[in-house]
Amino acid sequence: MVTTITNFGRSGLYDWLLQRISAVVLALYSVFMVVYLLLNPQLDYAQWDALFGMTSMRIFSLMALLSLGAHCWIGLWSVSTDYIKPFVFRFVFQMVIGVLMFVYTVWGVQLLWGL
Amino acid sequence: MLTVSVYRYHPELDKKPYMQDFQVDTGGKDLMVLDVLNMLKVQDSGLAYRRSCREGVCGSDGMNINGVNGLACITPLSACVKNNKLILRPLPALPVIRDLVIDMDQFYKQYEKVKPFLLNDTPAPAIERLQSPEEREKLDGLYECILCACCSTACPSFWWNPDKFIGPSGLLQAYRFLADSRDTATEERLADLDDPFSVFRCHGIMNCVTVCPKGLNPTKAIGHIRNMLLTRAT
Repeated sequence: MVTTITNFGRSGLYDWLLQRISAVVLALYSVFMVVYLLLNPQLDYAQWDALFGMTSMRIFSLMALLSLGAHCWIGLWSVSTDYIKPFVFRFVFQMVIGVLMFVYTVWGVQLLWGL
Repeated sequence: MLTVSVYRYHPELDKKPYMQDFQVDTGGKDLMVLDVLNMLKVQDSGLAYRRSCREGVCGSDGMNINGVNGLACITPLSACVKNNKLILRPLPALPVIRDLVIDMDQFYKQYEKVKPFLLNDTPAPAIERLQSPEEREKLDGLYECILCACCSTACPSFWWNPDKFIGPSGLLQAYRFLADSRDTATEERLADLDDPFSVFRCHGIMNCVTVCPKGLNPTKAIGHIRNMLLTRAT
């Protein structure tokens, strides 16, 4: 058993599962957005606003946003443990990524929900 | 004449490693790489490499042959030589002791971690612990590993974290004991593997499957371990 305290879920299995579930959510969201944009070439602001005004779209977007945050954190944490060997650089990188993910998530919630 | 380029490093004499070229007359025969090494040894008795059984059973002569890890004794020249040139290097990632001989300490440490022996806390039977043919069959494709280290040293995840990631060879052995009906320590074994490195640093690159000289599939075994961990935790 290797001890780690900076990964997302404290367990390899948890991170692994979350990485896959978040990937599925992001894939579905991406496909939905591409199809929606293709089907609505004359998209205007009112229509776009109405789309994001729907509760179901807000839930879907929030799910995608949280998935993106978790997915990036797990992925970049993994990359940092592979390629950044000096402890200080690795730790600082991980903290910067963690703070950035938090900021983007809160910012994204604010935008999506119009808070 | 075959040109053989060999990685040379004698830590007491050389400041840094270098490649040395030899010319070998194979007589047009499709020799094994180990035969060629033995011919080089006649030319330069100082050349160091490990070998023992010379038939792919002991796993001593794992090395990097024209860029691909393999056992010198069962790799014919026809399968590896390109442009009449054979390039031999030590297995990557582990420290070189001398020439083609590597220090396998880190590899064995990972092997030790998986407790590669049967753990059974039930009273020993009078004669032996029996298995049905079906239970025994589950060990096929696992027990054949000869610990040559070709797979683990071909794995980028092992290159970056040889102290934390158990590596394909160790994980194949981990599953060999997880799958054994006579072992009762499944829960403890799985608990020891549930961290982000030991198993989950495998990203399914499958270099291990490509290079295994015994034709084994460590990636599949790692998948089974993941499924066992998932079943246990959900």
